[in-house]
Amino acid sequence: MASRTRQRTGPAGLTARLVVVVYLFLLVAWPVSVVVQRAFDPVGQPGGVGALWERLSAPDAVYAFYLTLTVAFWAVVVNTIFGVGISLLLVRQRFRGRRALSVLVDLPMSVSPVVVGLALVLTYSTGLGWFGSILSETGVRIIGSTPGLIMATAFVSLPLVIREVVPVLEEVGTDAEVAARSLGANARQTFWRITLPTIKWAVVYGVVLSAARAIGEYGAVRIVSRGAEFNGETATLLIQNEYQAFDEAAAYAAAFVLVMAALLALVVVTVVRPQEGSES
Amino acid sequence: MSTGTSAGAITGTATSRSTLTAGSRIGLGIALVWFSLLVLIPLAAVVVTATEGGWSTFWDTLSDPDTASAIRLTVVEALLVTVVNVVMGTVIAWVLVRDRFWGKRALEVVIDLPFALPTIVAGLVLLSLYGPDSPVGVNVVNTRQGIFLALLFVTLPFVVRTVQPVLIELDADVEEAAASLGATRLTTLRRIILPSLAPAIAAGASLAFARAISEFGSLVLIAGNQPGRTEVASLKILKYVETGNPAAAATVAVLLLLVAVAAIVVLDLISRRAAERG
Amino acid sequence: MSIEVVGVHKSFGDFAALTDINLTVPAGQLTALLGPSGGGKSTLLRVIAGLEDADSGSVEIEGVDATSLPAQKRNVGFVFQHYAAFKHMTVRKNIAFGLEIRKRPKAEITAKVEELLELVHLTQFAERKPSQLSGGQRQRMALARALAIEPSVLLLDEPFGALDAKVRKELRDWLRRLHDEVHVTTVFVTHDQEEALEVADTIVVINDGRIEQVGTPDDLYDKPASEFVLSFLGPVTRLGGQLIRPHDIEISRYEQAATATGPITRWTRVGFEVRLEVTPDDVLHPEPVQVVVTRAEATALGLHPGDQVWLRPQVGAQTVSS
Repeated sequence: MASRTRQRTGPAGLTARLVVVVYLFLLVAWPVSVVVQRAFDPVGQPGGVGALWERLSAPDAVYAFYLTLTVAFWAVVVNTIFGVGISLLLVRQRFRGRRALSVLVDLPMSVSPVVVGLALVLTYSTGLGWFGSILSETGVRIIGSTPGLIMATAFVSLPLVIREVVPVLEEVGTDAEVAARSLGANARQTFWRITLPTIKWAVVYGVVLSAARAIGEYGAVRIVSRGAEFNGETATLLIQNEYQAFDEAAAYAAAFVLVMAALLALVVVTVVRPQEGSES
Repeated sequence: MSTGTSAGAITGTATSRSTLTAGSRIGLGIALVWFSLLVLIPLAAVVVTATEGGWSTFWDTLSDPDTASAIRLTVVEALLVTVVNVVMGTVIAWVLVRDRFWGKRALEVVIDLPFALPTIVAGLVLLSLYGPDSPVGVNVVNTRQGIFLALLFVTLPFVVRTVQPVLIELDADVEEAAASLGATRLTTLRRIILPSLAPAIAAGASLAFARAISEFGSLVLIAGNQPGRTEVASLKILKYVETGNPAAAATVAVLLLLVAVAAIVVLDLISRRAAERG
Repeated sequence: MSIEVVGVHKSFGDFAALTDINLTVPAGQLTALLGPSGGGKSTLLRVIAGLEDADSGSVEIEGVDATSLPAQKRNVGFVFQHYAAFKHMTVRKNIAFGLEIRKRPKAEITAKVEELLELVHLTQFAERKPSQLSGGQRQRMALARALAIEPSVLLLDEPFGALDAKVRKELRDWLRRLHDEVHVTTVFVTHDQEEALEVADTIVVINDGRIEQVGTPDDLYDKPASEFVLSFLGPVTRLGGQLIRPHDIEISRYEQAATATGPITRWTRVGFEVRLEVTPDDVLHPEPVQVVVTRAEATALGLHPGDQVWLRPQVGAQTVSS
């Protein structure tokens, strides 16, 4: 019998409901709605969509969003290739240190973004990093240029694809792959035609999460970037700089775009999840 | 999983005999080089930089009054935020699982928002309502209350999302059994439900605490960074980096890491004790 | 009279789970509520325990009107199909729970728990957690936990339903013996007619939210009040328009006064039994008739597949016309 005890919402239950709704409203819902509203606010000019558009099409904002998308794109590409590859190795192969590696790849998520930035500076900074002298001899700059931003972003979002793909690979097992091999498919054909379709949705999910994280990364980027206008200023750094330069309207406009991106990621994630279940 | 070559779970007890083909060997090699360059070597650099000056340098950095105060502030605020999260997170999870009312699904999205929003945006979000131009006349900029509020915001989902699935799985008949044995709803909550939730609450609390002591982005605009008053540890690290003192930055970073590990161990012990007492 | 249920109705939305239930459960007896799943027997048990409110009607336990008493105040021991163990507590703590709620003196609790551990044979498992016990042991723990509060009545909801066949049989015999020792008024829900027939003093057959029949196992088996009771309490077959148990049919290879005649069209041996199917030549009742004989009988009668046989009810056999 699946029948539960009847749910009478007594005075205690109603109080709890009220407390939760008020708490979440004051802490999250209301502040977020104010940001959205301020993005459209008239400040010295007519408000509305036009004002928002004008703020977003300012050259520094265009540069910042372009840089953010470039950095996020490369970080996601690198993480996806690395993530799918390492997931296949971890699940399908046996080698010494495999278990240690599976623990280590999860590490980046628990490191504070500031420490990530610090770690990269200590290693790759042209002046004082471990590899600093080699880098300055070859003339390659990492810290304070786009490669450094990509590395910082890739670091903080590294485990997201792996976390999604590994469980799916473990669950589907190797029966289909072995069957394909027995039917004469080579390793590459087996990967493209059998393995990849089964992990497709897990990869999509991991990519969405990585992209959301990459676009929104601030702490690690702040440390490795120069963060000046037209010089390493990503969208998140733009928000900080504009706010601190008292151009709040521009900060709110950029924040509005990132809030929408976050909401979009949330929606996509909730849509992709069930599909993944019905696919496998 | 019936064929001889099939892989067990990563945590499984399969033999560690290598099954790598030449192709996978190259793949593994490339992956390891990239992973080392990106993650392992830089993290090692932090630990080495923090410790190469020896114990006395380590201690000198931490006994600097501003640094000590930043660390104290960070740990105290993180503890307070964790306590609030333990209570509110459990109540929120309870309401989401057991209560039914119009708009509950919207609350689910609201709870995920702090994870989805970029941290700098989280800070701006709070400033828009509780900052200088606050429509409600509250200004928390440059105050410890502001730090507290920002940390509450970014740690909101941890306890909720760890407790929620455990609460869903909790059998209704266990509560009915307690009722038929004479336990009031309050007694059932205290002696049956909360002990069952204790490990999940502790897990969520450790995550929230670890996040709170290392939080950076959401505090940049709010905290104001007045040394000795509203400067938290992560902002202290930033300041050390910007003033060209990476060794001190690394020292603070390593200390934060140790505090986080200690918190996880302590919370694990507490939850076990709570679960056993019943 | 220990439990008195009068005029109870209970619906879940449009579904009427219980319709006008009137039932008296005598004190000190072991009573089974028997019926198919979804028939309302568990709901009735939960209404008695106060875990479910009836829409109308009343429940009286040991002369006290319990209709509006919450479960906490009914002093009823309840055992669940899936044990409902308090997983974070040891076996000892589980059993002591009800007594601790009642704030009994420590010494009394310790003594009572020891006694119950003894009774359910779990003394050496007292310090274990439920997860370290087998299903049967967990259910014995749940039973001890329910008995600890010295309940006026003990209610068990499909108590052996989650256990495998062998353990179920052992535990069912053990419950019967335990009841003979403790004599607490006990009601248990089951969908297994064999379990009810073997263990219970009284059986209440419930179907579609209504009581079909109340009686001793012999009453029900020998004098079923309806087609439903007859068919629920054992295998039945149709012989010349009447329902009858397959082993109550007399079978002969020689022509005699018979209800039906025809060839043996199926022959299945299961252990010491032989299950036959006879397809009657009768155009009015052409559907096959099941007959069960022992192997020795089959040999003595010289039966073979394909033989023409004559069938009639044995003398004194119970039939229900339909």
